[in-house]
Amino acid sequence: MSAPLLELENLRVSFPTAHGRVEVVKGISFTLGRERLGIVGESGSGKSMTGRSILKLIRSPGKVTADRMTFDGVDLLGQSERQMRAIRGARISMVMQDPKFSLNPVMTVGDQIAEALRFHARLSKGERKARVLSMLEAVRIDDPERVSRLYPHEVSGGMGQRIMIAMMLIPEPDLLIADEPTSALDVSVQSQVLDIIDDLIRTKGMGLIFISHDLNLVSRYCDRILVMNSGRVVEECAASELADASHPYTRGLLAAMPRLDETREELPVLDRASWGGT
Amino acid sequence: MSAIRLENLDISYGETRITHGISLDIAEGESFALVGESGSGKSTVLRAIAGLAPEWTGRIELLGRPRGHGIDKAKVRDCQMVFQDPYGSIHPRKTIDATLSEPLAIHGFGNRDERVEEMLKAVGLDRRFRFRFPHQLSGGQRQRVAIARALMLEPRILLLDEPTSALDVSVQAEILNLLKRLRREQNLTFLLVTHNLPVVSFLCERLAVMRQGRIVEVANVDQLKKGAFAEPYSRELFTASGGV
Repeated sequence: MSAPLLELENLRVSFPTAHGRVEVVKGISFTLGRERLGIVGESGSGKSMTGRSILKLIRSPGKVTADRMTFDGVDLLGQSERQMRAIRGARISMVMQDPKFSLNPVMTVGDQIAEALRFHARLSKGERKARVLSMLEAVRIDDPERVSRLYPHEVSGGMGQRIMIAMMLIPEPDLLIADEPTSALDVSVQSQVLDIIDDLIRTKGMGLIFISHDLNLVSRYCDRILVMNSGRVVEECAASELADASHPYTRGLLAAMPRLDETREELPVLDRASWGGT
Repeated sequence: MSAIRLENLDISYGETRITHGISLDIAEGESFALVGESGSGKSTVLRAIAGLAPEWTGRIELLGRPRGHGIDKAKVRDCQMVFQDPYGSIHPRKTIDATLSEPLAIHGFGNRDERVEEMLKAVGLDRRFRFRFPHQLSGGQRQRVAIARALMLEPRILLLDEPTSALDVSVQAEILNLLKRLRREQNLTFLLVTHNLPVVSFLCERLAVMRQGRIVEVANVDQLKKGAFAEPYSRELFTASGGV
Protein backbone atom coordinates (compact mmCIF):
# COMPACT_ATOMS: atom_id res chain seq x y z
CA MET A 1 0.00 0.00 0.00
CA SER A 2 1.17 3.53 -0.80
CA ALA A 3 1.59 6.20 1.90
CA PRO A 4 -1.56 6.47 3.96
CA LEU A 5 -4.05 9.16 3.06
CA LEU A 6 -5.11 9.85 6.60
CA GLU A 7 -3.37 9.13 9.88
CA LEU A 8 -5.05 9.59 13.23
CA GLU A 9 -3.33 8.94 16.51
CA ASN A 10 -4.96 9.26 19.91
CA LEU A 11 -7.85 11.45 18.75
CA ARG A 12 -9.87 12.89 21.62
CA VAL A 13 -12.96 15.05 21.49
CA SER A 14 -14.45 16.59 24.61
CA PHE A 15 -17.29 18.91 25.56
CA PRO A 16 -17.72 20.87 28.81
CA THR A 17 -20.69 20.04 31.03
CA ALA A 18 -21.83 21.08 34.47
CA HIS A 19 -19.76 18.16 35.83
CA GLY A 20 -16.53 19.01 34.04
CA ARG A 21 -15.35 18.05 30.55
CA VAL A 22 -16.82 14.88 29.10
CA GLU A 23 -14.86 12.98 26.50
CA VAL A 24 -17.02 11.65 23.69
CA VAL A 25 -14.10 10.27 21.69
CA LYS A 26 -11.52 8.69 23.99
CA GLY A 27 -8.28 8.29 22.10
CA ILE A 28 -8.84 6.50 18.82
CA SER A 29 -6.16 5.83 16.22
CA PHE A 30 -6.34 4.54 12.68
CA THR A 31 -4.74 4.99 9.29
CA LEU A 32 -6.60 5.06 6.03
CA GLY A 33 -5.30 4.43 2.54
CA ARG A 34 -7.30 4.66 -0.66
CA GLU A 35 -9.74 2.13 0.72
CA ARG A 36 -13.22 1.91 2.15
CA LEU A 37 -13.36 2.08 5.93
CA GLY A 38 -16.59 1.61 7.87
CA ILE A 39 -17.14 3.06 11.34
CA VAL A 40 -20.06 1.41 13.12
CA GLY A 41 -21.60 2.11 16.48
CA GLU A 42 -24.83 3.01 18.24
CA SER A 43 -26.04 6.50 19.11
CA GLY A 44 -23.57 8.24 21.35
CA SER A 45 -20.64 6.01 20.43
CA GLY A 46 -18.67 8.96 19.03
CA LYS A 47 -18.64 7.81 15.40
CA SER A 48 -20.03 11.04 13.95
CA MET A 49 -17.75 13.15 16.16
CA THR A 50 -14.79 11.23 14.75
CA GLY A 51 -15.89 12.06 11.20
CA ARG A 52 -16.52 15.68 12.01
CA SER A 53 -13.23 16.19 13.79
CA ILE A 54 -11.31 15.12 10.67
CA LEU A 55 -12.79 18.13 8.89
CA LYS A 56 -12.35 20.27 12.01
CA LEU A 57 -16.06 20.91 12.10
CA ILE A 58 -16.28 20.76 15.88
CA ARG A 59 -16.84 24.23 17.20
CA SER A 60 -15.86 25.68 20.54
CA PRO A 61 -16.55 24.85 23.37
CA GLY A 62 -15.94 21.37 21.95
CA LYS A 63 -12.25 20.52 21.95
CA VAL A 64 -10.30 18.21 19.64
CA THR A 65 -6.83 16.96 20.50
CA ALA A 66 -4.66 14.33 18.87
CA ASP A 67 -1.05 13.26 18.95
CA ARG A 68 -1.16 13.17 15.20
CA MET A 69 -3.79 14.00 12.61
CA THR A 70 -2.37 14.22 9.10
CA PHE A 71 -4.03 14.12 5.73
CA ASP A 72 -1.78 13.40 2.74
CA GLY A 73 1.20 14.79 4.65
CA VAL A 74 -0.62 17.91 5.87
CA ASP A 75 -0.98 18.35 9.62
CA LEU A 76 -4.70 19.12 9.98
CA LEU A 77 -4.42 20.31 13.57
CA GLY A 78 -1.99 23.05 12.56
CA GLN A 79 -4.14 24.39 9.74
CA SER A 80 -5.80 27.77 10.13
CA GLU A 81 -9.50 28.15 9.44
CA ARG A 82 -8.59 29.74 6.11
CA GLN A 83 -6.32 26.86 5.11
CA MET A 84 -8.98 24.36 6.17
CA ARG A 85 -11.42 25.93 3.73
CA ALA A 86 -9.11 24.98 0.88
CA ILE A 87 -9.11 21.37 2.11
CA ARG A 88 -12.79 21.02 2.92
CA GLY A 89 -14.75 20.20 -0.17
CA ALA A 90 -11.75 20.15 -2.49
CA ARG A 91 -9.73 17.36 -0.86
CA ILE A 92 -11.98 15.92 1.86
CA SER A 93 -15.72 16.18 1.59
CA MET A 94 -18.62 14.92 3.61
CA VAL A 95 -22.08 13.62 2.76
CA MET A 96 -24.54 14.24 5.57
CA GLN A 97 -27.53 12.23 6.70
CA ASP A 98 -30.54 14.19 5.57
CA PRO A 99 -30.70 15.95 2.20
CA LYS A 100 -33.72 17.91 3.39
CA PHE A 101 -31.65 19.87 5.87
CA SER A 102 -28.31 19.90 4.11
CA LEU A 103 -29.22 21.48 0.78
CA ASN A 104 -29.81 25.22 0.39
CA PRO A 105 -33.57 25.59 -0.09
CA VAL A 106 -33.39 28.89 -2.03
CA MET A 107 -30.81 27.85 -4.63
CA THR A 108 -31.35 25.63 -7.64
CA VAL A 109 -29.70 22.23 -7.64
CA GLY A 110 -27.45 23.16 -10.57
CA ASP A 111 -26.24 26.39 -8.92
CA GLN A 112 -25.47 24.56 -5.68
CA ILE A 113 -23.37 21.94 -7.39
CA ALA A 114 -21.60 24.59 -9.47
CA GLU A 115 -20.85 26.62 -6.34
CA ALA A 116 -18.35 24.03 -5.15
CA LEU A 117 -16.57 24.23 -8.50
CA ARG A 118 -16.60 28.01 -8.57
CA PHE A 119 -14.90 28.06 -5.20
CA HIS A 120 -12.32 25.37 -5.83
CA ALA A 121 -11.50 25.56 -9.55
CA ARG A 122 -11.18 28.21 -12.23
CA LEU A 123 -13.48 27.29 -15.06
CA SER A 124 -15.57 29.21 -17.57
CA LYS A 125 -19.32 29.29 -17.11
CA GLY A 126 -19.86 26.87 -20.00
CA GLU A 127 -17.28 24.36 -18.72
CA ARG A 128 -18.81 24.55 -15.29
CA LYS A 129 -22.25 23.76 -16.62
CA ALA A 130 -20.95 20.82 -18.63
CA ARG A 131 -19.19 19.44 -15.54
CA VAL A 132 -22.37 19.79 -13.45
CA LEU A 133 -24.48 17.99 -16.02
CA SER A 134 -22.01 15.15 -16.45
CA MET A 135 -21.75 14.81 -12.65
CA LEU A 136 -25.55 14.59 -12.35
CA GLU A 137 -25.45 11.92 -15.00
CA ALA A 138 -22.77 10.07 -13.03
CA VAL A 139 -25.10 9.87 -10.03
CA ARG A 140 -27.69 8.42 -12.40
CA ILE A 141 -30.14 11.28 -12.64
CA ASP A 142 -32.20 11.16 -15.83
CA ASP A 143 -32.63 14.44 -17.62
CA PRO A 144 -29.89 16.36 -15.73
CA GLU A 145 -30.71 19.52 -17.69
CA ARG A 146 -34.18 19.67 -16.11
CA VAL A 147 -33.12 18.56 -12.63
CA SER A 148 -30.36 21.19 -12.45
CA ARG A 149 -33.03 23.87 -12.68
CA LEU A 150 -35.13 22.44 -9.81
CA TYR A 151 -35.10 23.57 -6.19
CA PRO A 152 -34.44 21.03 -3.40
CA HIS A 153 -38.10 20.85 -2.33
CA GLU A 154 -39.02 19.69 -5.83
CA VAL A 155 -36.94 16.52 -5.68
CA SER A 156 -37.46 13.27 -3.74
CA GLY A 157 -35.30 12.17 -0.81
CA GLY A 158 -33.32 9.69 -2.87
CA MET A 159 -32.70 12.23 -5.60
CA GLY A 160 -31.75 14.86 -2.98
CA GLN A 161 -29.15 12.49 -1.59
CA ARG A 162 -27.76 11.82 -5.09
CA ILE A 163 -27.57 15.56 -5.65
CA MET A 164 -25.62 15.94 -2.43
CA ILE A 165 -23.24 13.19 -3.52
CA ALA A 166 -22.78 14.95 -6.87
CA MET A 167 -22.02 18.18 -5.03
CA MET A 168 -19.48 16.50 -2.77
CA LEU A 169 -17.71 14.62 -5.54
CA ILE A 170 -17.53 17.29 -8.23
CA PRO A 171 -14.31 18.90 -6.93
CA GLU A 172 -12.81 15.37 -7.09
CA PRO A 173 -11.76 15.02 -3.45
CA ASP A 174 -9.32 12.34 -2.27
CA LEU A 175 -11.40 11.37 0.71
CA LEU A 176 -15.16 11.16 1.14
CA ILE A 177 -16.70 10.98 4.60
CA ALA A 178 -20.26 9.66 4.42
CA ASP A 179 -22.09 10.07 7.72
CA GLU A 180 -25.22 7.87 7.64
CA PRO A 181 -25.70 8.78 3.97
CA THR A 182 -28.75 6.59 3.53
CA SER A 183 -30.54 6.33 6.86
CA ALA A 184 -33.16 8.89 5.78
CA LEU A 185 -33.88 6.85 2.65
CA ASP A 186 -36.05 3.84 1.83
CA VAL A 187 -34.36 0.43 1.60
CA SER A 188 -34.92 0.22 -2.13
CA VAL A 189 -33.28 3.61 -2.74
CA GLN A 190 -30.59 2.93 -0.15
CA SER A 191 -28.75 0.35 -2.20
CA GLN A 192 -28.97 2.47 -5.36
CA VAL A 193 -27.32 5.42 -3.59
CA LEU A 194 -24.63 3.24 -2.03
CA ASP A 195 -23.90 1.55 -5.37
CA ILE A 196 -23.35 5.00 -6.88
CA ILE A 197 -20.97 6.04 -4.09
CA ASP A 198 -19.16 2.72 -4.38
CA ASP A 199 -18.82 2.99 -8.14
CA LEU A 200 -17.46 6.55 -8.02
CA ILE A 201 -15.04 5.71 -5.22
CA ARG A 202 -13.60 2.79 -7.18
CA THR A 203 -13.27 4.57 -10.51
CA LYS A 204 -11.67 7.68 -9.01
CA GLY A 205 -9.49 5.74 -6.54
CA MET A 206 -10.63 7.73 -3.52
CA GLY A 207 -10.71 6.86 0.17
CA LEU A 208 -14.05 6.46 1.90
CA ILE A 209 -15.07 6.64 5.55
CA PHE A 210 -18.57 5.25 5.85
CA ILE A 211 -20.18 6.04 9.20
CA SER A 212 -23.30 4.07 10.04
CA HIS A 213 -25.18 2.20 12.74
CA ASP A 214 -26.04 -0.58 10.31
CA LEU A 215 -23.51 -3.41 10.57
CA ASN A 216 -24.82 -5.32 7.58
CA LEU A 217 -24.78 -2.33 5.28
CA VAL A 218 -21.25 -1.41 6.29
CA SER A 219 -19.99 -4.93 5.81
CA ARG A 220 -21.46 -4.97 2.30
CA TYR A 221 -19.81 -1.72 1.19
CA CYS A 222 -16.50 -1.53 3.05
CA ASP A 223 -13.14 -3.29 3.13
CA ARG A 224 -12.40 -2.73 6.78
CA ILE A 225 -14.60 -2.02 9.81
CA LEU A 226 -14.06 -0.23 13.10
CA VAL A 227 -16.66 -0.87 15.77
CA MET A 228 -17.02 1.96 18.28
CA ASN A 229 -18.63 1.96 21.68
CA SER A 230 -18.66 4.89 24.12
CA GLY A 231 -15.85 6.75 22.41
CA ARG A 232 -13.47 3.84 21.92
CA VAL A 233 -12.74 1.45 19.10
CA VAL A 234 -13.62 -1.95 20.51
CA GLU A 235 -12.98 -4.00 17.41
CA GLU A 236 -11.20 -3.67 14.11
CA CYS A 237 -11.61 -6.29 11.41
CA ALA A 238 -11.86 -6.95 7.70
CA ALA A 239 -15.44 -6.61 6.52
CA SER A 240 -15.44 -10.17 5.24
CA GLU A 241 -14.54 -11.44 8.70
CA LEU A 242 -17.25 -9.55 10.56
CA ALA A 243 -19.12 -12.77 11.27
CA ASP A 244 -16.08 -13.98 13.25
CA ALA A 245 -15.84 -10.81 15.35
CA SER A 246 -14.55 -11.55 18.82
CA HIS A 247 -15.52 -8.58 21.00
CA PRO A 248 -18.68 -9.21 23.05
CA TYR A 249 -20.14 -5.86 22.00
CA THR A 250 -19.79 -6.62 18.28
CA ARG A 251 -21.10 -10.12 18.78
CA GLY A 252 -24.01 -8.73 20.78
CA LEU A 253 -24.88 -6.21 18.06
CA LEU A 254 -24.76 -8.89 15.38
CA ALA A 255 -26.97 -11.22 17.36
CA ALA A 256 -29.49 -8.51 18.27
CA MET A 257 -30.37 -7.87 14.64
CA PRO A 258 -33.38 -9.75 13.32
CA ARG A 259 -32.66 -11.66 10.11
CA LEU A 260 -34.75 -12.03 6.98
CA ASP A 261 -35.09 -15.75 7.66
CA GLU A 262 -35.62 -15.26 11.40
CA THR A 263 -36.43 -18.40 13.38
CA ARG A 264 -35.46 -17.33 16.90
CA GLU A 265 -38.29 -16.97 19.39
CA GLU A 266 -36.46 -14.20 21.20
CA LEU A 267 -33.63 -11.86 20.22
CA PRO A 268 -30.59 -11.88 22.50
CA VAL A 269 -30.24 -8.57 24.31
CA LEU A 270 -26.91 -6.89 24.93
CA ASP A 271 -25.58 -7.57 28.37
CA ARG A 272 -24.00 -4.19 28.91
CA ALA A 273 -22.18 -5.28 32.03
CA SER A 274 -20.05 -7.83 30.16
CA TRP A 275 -17.65 -5.33 28.65
CA GLY A 276 -18.13 -2.48 31.10
CA GLY A 277 -19.66 -0.16 28.52
CA THR A 278 -22.50 2.33 28.80
CA MET B 1 -63.82 -13.48 13.80
CA SER B 2 -61.62 -11.02 12.04
CA ALA B 3 -60.06 -8.30 14.15
CA ILE B 4 -59.63 -5.85 11.29
CA ARG B 5 -61.50 -5.98 8.02
CA LEU B 6 -60.99 -3.38 5.33
CA GLU B 7 -63.14 -3.32 2.26
CA ASN B 8 -62.38 -1.18 -0.75
CA LEU B 9 -60.84 1.52 1.38
CA ASP B 10 -60.00 4.78 -0.40
CA ILE B 11 -58.37 7.37 1.85
CA SER B 12 -57.79 10.99 0.85
CA TYR B 13 -56.02 13.98 2.32
CA GLY B 14 -57.99 16.87 0.84
CA GLU B 15 -57.90 16.57 -2.93
CA THR B 16 -55.22 13.92 -2.97
CA ARG B 17 -56.27 10.30 -3.02
CA ILE B 18 -53.72 8.32 -1.01
CA THR B 19 -54.94 4.73 -1.17
CA HIS B 20 -56.94 2.91 -3.81
CA GLY B 21 -59.26 0.05 -2.97
CA ILE B 22 -57.48 -1.48 0.01
CA SER B 23 -59.10 -4.73 1.15
CA LEU B 24 -57.66 -6.78 3.98
CA ASP B 25 -58.86 -9.34 6.45
CA ILE B 26 -56.81 -9.78 9.62
CA ALA B 27 -57.82 -12.51 12.04
CA GLU B 28 -58.01 -12.01 15.76
CA GLY B 29 -54.68 -12.78 17.40
CA GLU B 30 -52.82 -12.47 14.11
CA SER B 31 -49.75 -10.31 13.60
CA PHE B 32 -49.88 -8.64 10.21
CA ALA B 33 -47.43 -6.27 8.53
CA LEU B 34 -47.84 -3.57 5.91
CA VAL B 35 -44.56 -2.97 4.09
CA GLY B 36 -43.56 -0.60 1.33
CA GLU B 37 -41.59 2.54 0.54
CA SER B 38 -42.31 5.98 1.96
CA GLY B 39 -45.34 7.42 0.24
CA SER B 40 -46.88 4.02 -0.44
CA GLY B 41 -49.77 4.85 1.91
CA LYS B 42 -49.05 2.22 4.56
CA SER B 43 -49.10 4.65 7.51
CA THR B 44 -52.23 6.29 6.12
CA VAL B 45 -54.09 2.99 6.32
CA LEU B 46 -53.12 2.76 9.99
CA ARG B 47 -54.23 6.33 10.63
CA ALA B 48 -57.61 5.70 9.02
CA ILE B 49 -58.17 2.62 11.18
CA ALA B 50 -57.24 4.64 14.28
CA GLY B 51 -59.60 7.45 13.26
CA LEU B 52 -56.84 9.97 12.57
CA ALA B 53 -57.53 10.22 8.82
CA PRO B 54 -61.28 10.72 8.65
CA GLU B 55 -61.63 11.28 4.89
CA TRP B 56 -62.24 7.79 3.58
CA THR B 57 -64.80 5.81 1.68
CA GLY B 58 -65.32 2.07 1.81
CA ARG B 59 -65.64 0.04 4.97
CA ILE B 60 -63.55 -0.41 8.12
CA GLU B 61 -64.63 -3.12 10.56
CA LEU B 62 -63.02 -3.64 13.93
CA LEU B 63 -63.84 -6.88 15.76
CA GLY B 64 -66.86 -7.38 13.56
CA ARG B 65 -68.34 -3.91 13.98
CA PRO B 66 -68.01 -1.10 11.41
CA ARG B 67 -66.39 2.13 12.51
CA GLY B 68 -67.65 5.58 11.62
CA HIS B 69 -65.64 8.55 10.52
CA GLY B 70 -65.53 10.34 13.86
CA ILE B 71 -63.84 9.62 17.15
CA ASP B 72 -65.51 6.68 18.79
CA LYS B 73 -64.83 5.92 22.44
CA ALA B 74 -65.63 2.23 22.13
CA LYS B 75 -63.24 1.87 19.17
CA VAL B 76 -60.53 3.69 21.07
CA ARG B 77 -60.78 1.08 23.79
CA ASP B 78 -60.50 -1.76 21.29
CA CYS B 79 -57.76 -0.35 19.16
CA GLN B 80 -54.70 1.68 20.15
CA MET B 81 -51.70 2.96 18.28
CA VAL B 82 -47.94 3.21 18.97
CA PHE B 83 -46.11 5.83 16.94
CA GLN B 84 -42.68 5.85 15.40
CA ASP B 85 -40.92 8.53 17.34
CA PRO B 86 -40.92 8.14 21.12
CA TYR B 87 -39.40 11.62 21.35
CA GLY B 88 -42.44 13.20 19.75
CA SER B 89 -45.35 11.04 20.85
CA ILE B 90 -45.29 11.53 24.63
CA HIS B 91 -46.32 14.80 26.28
CA PRO B 92 -43.05 16.42 27.38
CA ARG B 93 -44.53 18.23 30.38
CA LYS B 94 -46.45 15.36 31.91
CA THR B 95 -44.93 12.74 34.15
CA ILE B 96 -45.04 9.13 33.03
CA ASP B 97 -47.68 8.59 35.72
CA ALA B 98 -49.91 11.34 34.28
CA THR B 99 -49.45 10.02 30.73
CA LEU B 100 -50.47 6.52 31.75
CA SER B 101 -53.35 7.61 34.03
CA GLU B 102 -55.02 9.95 31.56
CA PRO B 103 -56.67 7.32 29.33
CA LEU B 104 -57.93 5.57 32.49
CA ALA B 105 -59.55 8.77 33.74
CA ILE B 106 -61.15 9.50 30.36
CA HIS B 107 -62.65 6.04 30.12
CA GLY B 108 -63.63 5.86 33.78
CA PHE B 109 -61.42 2.97 34.87
CA GLY B 110 -60.99 2.41 38.58
CA ASN B 111 -57.89 1.13 40.41
CA ARG B 112 -55.73 3.56 38.49
CA ASP B 113 -52.84 3.40 40.86
CA GLU B 114 -52.52 -0.36 40.64
CA ARG B 115 -53.09 -0.43 36.89
CA VAL B 116 -50.25 2.02 36.28
CA GLU B 117 -47.95 0.10 38.57
CA GLU B 118 -48.82 -3.18 36.89
CA MET B 119 -48.36 -1.82 33.38
CA LEU B 120 -44.93 -0.39 34.19
CA LYS B 121 -43.94 -3.85 35.33
CA ALA B 122 -45.40 -5.47 32.21
CA VAL B 123 -43.33 -3.30 29.88
CA GLY B 124 -40.20 -3.78 31.95
CA LEU B 125 -39.83 -0.32 33.45
CA ASP B 126 -38.66 0.10 37.01
CA ARG B 127 -41.22 1.82 39.26
CA ARG B 128 -38.81 4.66 39.98
CA PHE B 129 -39.55 5.94 36.45
CA ARG B 130 -43.20 6.52 37.32
CA PHE B 131 -42.88 10.12 38.43
CA ARG B 132 -40.23 11.15 35.95
CA PHE B 133 -40.61 13.24 32.81
CA PRO B 134 -39.98 11.91 29.29
CA HIS B 135 -36.75 13.88 28.89
CA GLN B 136 -35.27 11.96 31.80
CA LEU B 137 -35.70 8.69 29.91
CA SER B 138 -33.72 7.11 27.07
CA GLY B 139 -35.29 6.44 23.67
CA GLY B 140 -35.91 2.78 24.46
CA GLN B 141 -37.47 3.58 27.83
CA ARG B 142 -39.70 6.17 26.16
CA GLN B 143 -40.90 3.67 23.58
CA ARG B 144 -41.76 1.34 26.48
CA VAL B 145 -43.86 4.16 27.95
CA ALA B 146 -45.58 4.66 24.57
CA ILE B 147 -46.40 0.95 24.43
CA ALA B 148 -47.60 1.03 28.05
CA ARG B 149 -49.85 4.01 27.26
CA ALA B 150 -51.37 2.19 24.33
CA LEU B 151 -52.04 -0.88 26.47
CA MET B 152 -53.60 0.96 29.44
CA LEU B 153 -57.14 0.54 28.12
CA GLU B 154 -56.61 -3.18 27.55
CA PRO B 155 -57.20 -2.96 23.80
CA ARG B 156 -57.39 -6.08 21.66
CA ILE B 157 -55.78 -4.52 18.62
CA LEU B 158 -52.48 -2.67 18.55
CA LEU B 159 -51.52 -0.54 15.55
CA LEU B 160 -47.74 -0.14 15.37
CA ASP B 161 -46.27 2.53 13.10
CA GLU B 162 -42.54 1.82 12.68
CA PRO B 163 -42.19 1.22 16.43
CA THR B 164 -38.45 0.56 16.35
CA SER B 165 -37.02 2.52 13.43
CA ALA B 166 -35.93 5.43 15.64
CA LEU B 167 -34.03 3.10 17.95
CA ASP B 168 -30.54 1.55 18.01
CA VAL B 169 -30.28 -2.14 17.08
CA SER B 170 -29.66 -3.32 20.63
CA VAL B 171 -32.64 -1.32 21.90
CA GLN B 172 -34.72 -2.47 18.94
CA ALA B 173 -34.13 -6.07 20.02
CA GLU B 174 -35.45 -5.31 23.51
CA ILE B 175 -38.60 -3.60 22.18
CA LEU B 176 -39.27 -6.37 19.64
CA ASN B 177 -38.96 -9.00 22.37
CA LEU B 178 -41.31 -6.96 24.56
CA LEU B 179 -43.93 -6.67 21.79
CA LYS B 180 -43.74 -10.37 21.08
CA ARG B 181 -44.16 -11.26 24.74
CA LEU B 182 -47.06 -8.84 25.29
CA ARG B 183 -48.86 -10.21 22.27
CA ARG B 184 -48.54 -13.75 23.60
CA GLU B 185 -49.62 -12.80 27.14
CA GLN B 186 -52.57 -10.62 26.17
CA ASN B 187 -53.61 -12.31 22.92
CA LEU B 188 -53.29 -9.05 20.99
CA THR B 189 -53.76 -8.50 17.27
CA PHE B 190 -50.89 -6.52 15.70
CA LEU B 191 -50.98 -4.44 12.58
CA LEU B 192 -47.41 -3.30 12.02
CA VAL B 193 -46.21 -0.76 9.49
CA THR B 194 -42.53 -0.96 8.61
CA HIS B 195 -40.03 -0.97 5.78
CA ASN B 196 -37.75 -3.32 7.67
CA LEU B 197 -38.37 -6.85 6.38
CA PRO B 198 -36.26 -8.65 9.03
CA VAL B 199 -38.52 -7.12 11.70
CA VAL B 200 -41.53 -8.55 9.86
CA SER B 201 -39.83 -11.92 9.77
CA PHE B 202 -39.38 -11.82 13.54
CA LEU B 203 -42.74 -10.43 14.62
CA CYS B 204 -45.39 -11.23 12.01
CA GLU B 205 -47.22 -14.10 10.34
CA ARG B 206 -48.44 -12.40 7.19
CA LEU B 207 -47.61 -9.27 5.27
CA ALA B 208 -49.03 -7.07 2.55
CA VAL B 209 -46.69 -5.27 0.17
CA MET B 210 -47.95 -1.80 -0.74
CA ARG B 211 -46.97 0.49 -3.58
CA GLN B 212 -48.46 3.81 -4.61
CA GLY B 213 -51.56 3.35 -2.48
CA ARG B 214 -52.34 -0.18 -3.65
CA ILE B 215 -51.72 -3.61 -2.23
CA VAL B 216 -49.36 -5.40 -4.59
CA GLU B 217 -49.27 -8.75 -2.86
CA VAL B 218 -50.29 -10.49 0.35
CA ALA B 219 -47.83 -13.16 1.44
CA ASN B 220 -47.15 -15.26 4.51
CA VAL B 221 -43.94 -15.06 6.44
CA ASP B 222 -42.59 -18.36 5.08
CA GLN B 223 -42.67 -16.85 1.62
CA LEU B 224 -40.81 -13.85 3.01
CA LYS B 225 -38.15 -16.05 4.61
CA LYS B 226 -37.52 -17.81 1.32
CA GLY B 227 -38.01 -14.73 -0.81
CA ALA B 228 -40.70 -16.62 -2.70
CA PHE B 229 -42.82 -13.68 -3.79
CA ALA B 230 -45.08 -13.74 -6.82
CA GLU B 231 -44.74 -10.06 -7.73
CA PRO B 232 -41.50 -8.57 -9.11
CA TYR B 233 -41.88 -5.46 -6.92
CA SER B 234 -41.97 -7.58 -3.74
CA ARG B 235 -38.86 -9.41 -4.87
CA GLU B 236 -37.19 -6.05 -5.48
CA LEU B 237 -37.87 -5.03 -1.87
CA PHE B 238 -36.57 -8.40 -0.71
CA THR B 239 -33.26 -8.03 -2.57
CA ALA B 240 -32.85 -4.44 -1.39
CA SER B 241 -33.12 -5.70 2.19
CA GLY B 242 -30.14 -7.97 1.59
CA GLY B 243 -32.06 -11.10 0.62
CA VAL B 244 -30.70 -13.44 -2.05
